[in-house]
Amino acid sequence: MESIAPPSKGSIANLSPDVLETPPLSLGQLTWRRFRRHKMANFGAIMLILLVLYAFGGAFVFSEAYANKTETGARLQAPSREHPFGTDTVGRDILARTIYGGQISILIGLTAMLVELVIGVTVGAISGFFGGLIDSLLMRITEAVIVIPQIFLLLVMAKYFAASIPNITILGRTFSGSVVVIILVIGVTTWPYLARIVRSQFLSIKENDFILAARATGTSTTEIIFRHILPNSIAPIIVSGTLSVASAITLEAYISFLGLGVRPPTATWGNMLEGAYNYIETAWWLWFFPGALIALIVLSINFVGDGLRDALDPHSRAI
Amino acid sequence: MTRYILRRLLQAIPLLFVISLVLFFLMQNMGDPIATMGGRNVTRSADRERLKRQLGLDKPIIVQYLYWLAGNDWAKADLDGDGIAETPGTRRGVLRGDFGLSLVNKKPVTQVIWERLPNTLLLMLTAEAMILIFALLIGIYSALKQYSTFDNIITTITFLFYSMPVFFFALVTMYIFAVNFKKWGLPYLPTVGMFEPTAGKTPLQVAWHMVLPTATLSFGFIAGYSRYIRSAMLEAMGQDYVRTAKAKGLPKPEIVYIHALKNAALPIVTIIALDLPFLLGGAIVTERIFGWPGMGRLFLDHVSRGDTPVVMGILMMIAVAVVIFQLIADILYAWLDPRIRYT
Repeated sequence: MESIAPPSKGSIANLSPDVLETPPLSLGQLTWRRFRRHKMANFGAIMLILLVLYAFGGAFVFSEAYANKTETGARLQAPSREHPFGTDTVGRDILARTIYGGQISILIGLTAMLVELVIGVTVGAISGFFGGLIDSLLMRITEAVIVIPQIFLLLVMAKYFAASIPNITILGRTFSGSVVVIILVIGVTTWPYLARIVRSQFLSIKENDFILAARATGTSTTEIIFRHILPNSIAPIIVSGTLSVASAITLEAYISFLGLGVRPPTATWGNMLEGAYNYIETAWWLWFFPGALIALIVLSINFVGDGLRDALDPHSRAI
Repeated sequence: MTRYILRRLLQAIPLLFVISLVLFFLMQNMGDPIATMGGRNVTRSADRERLKRQLGLDKPIIVQYLYWLAGNDWAKADLDGDGIAETPGTRRGVLRGDFGLSLVNKKPVTQVIWERLPNTLLLMLTAEAMILIFALLIGIYSALKQYSTFDNIITTITFLFYSMPVFFFALVTMYIFAVNFKKWGLPYLPTVGMFEPTAGKTPLQVAWHMVLPTATLSFGFIAGYSRYIRSAMLEAMGQDYVRTAKAKGLPKPEIVYIHALKNAALPIVTIIALDLPFLLGGAIVTERIFGWPGMGRLFLDHVSRGDTPVVMGILMMIAVAVVIFQLIADILYAWLDPRIRYT
């Protein structure tokens, strides 16, 4: 980007960096400056931090055992001093469950995004860089995944892997094996859109002169891909990765809501909603709190993604 | 153009073939077909063996796929288990329009789907009409009144709605318009089914029951499309041809609706066709919540029972529909926008 030395100091070319009054900004600094200008994105980022604090900080207030403790005598209690968000159909405290459910929902969002990134970027990069037969083969596969609506595919795959993974224990906490299934299934069904974006990036960037120069100096193919093309196409990948965290959280909620998602006792914001619509008249707190939390986190991630898109846009001249 | 359409159709064949193969393999772990078929009655292993042979489940999966695809009336099955194939098969295969029998109720899959399809189409077409009408109205109005109070409010609401999961919108609207309106003694909206059993299936009843499902299905798309139309309209209004139209002294409605909107709304044709999978995805959740007897609920019911033929039938129908809609979108787009030429 342009450096911002005052023109009265003479031609910029004659100045060494320390003579410049303001040093030129790095891409990261520039992005950060533009991001801070974006009101909605700031709001989103703050909301997001608060939600993460809520989910992970809340663990210091309530124990997981408390979140999973059933107390049939206290089922379906309205919000009160003792249970600020009320209790569910088997008497578990909803506040504590939204905290632990939030952790799992956020983790599912992030890890599913990673799975999607790995597959999507690999397929897109190979497709765009090598072209030809590999490209058309990979793009046909991509099309095949897109043609079946994602939720249908998710439901079939969730059902397919449903019983096959046992519970797992990490750091002294037991997770339902279905968490892993959901993460993989979401990752495996969302990558085609990212792969298309990456492919089009690669197609246009590989025609640039600096790639020709790199080839001429004998740079290896791997290095061209990873050192020259990938860093230049990082902006859309970051944006799409951010947004796909939100969509992974929503998707998890959809399949859990439909009864094929994460199995109890592990709570997620999604599976807390399962069957809650049967209590629409009698117990609004059952669905309101987890539902509102999902809506909030998706909204804030979308705002952040929108802000990042504007901030990373190389055509944007705003500083 | 004809060559382009033909080529696209030919390309679709291997695509659908691969999809069906992968889905068929995914179906193998859906549950126990014998249990689905016979309920809890089939406990004798001899019965299980017999049923397995009847369903052709004793064959290798590739042969099963072949039978599903092309039928088995040209092959003979060994039903009594003595090692000699004696009974000719009856299935005619998907390629000849036979999707097999549902394991749950033994009805032909095509019939099972056919019973539900009109309900889903009714819901989706109404929702699509609502989406178009409201998205155009909101998008055009907020573009013409850019940065006005209305525009700012609408922008905030569309952002909210765009991020809101379908089920949350459904639950909130149900809570407000059904539960609380009932409590307050106002005319309240029904939440379940297509009609009151006592009132019968009259058009008025169905329309009344459709209000909440349609709203649920369309709100997210209205939010997304109206944003899109707003920015496309803003761009079009800044074009030279709009300035020329203004300079000619054309009346404002003509500039807005004929000159600007026609160009701005073009890509929406493509977007609608490409968003069909998402609309179907929304329909599955909507139908589940509102107890709407459509394909989405059919799919859910039969997935959970492991009824492979019905699930395969629905998925393949959707795949064909999506492929065809994508082709229609491309053709329509070329027809509407003369700058695009396919060869």
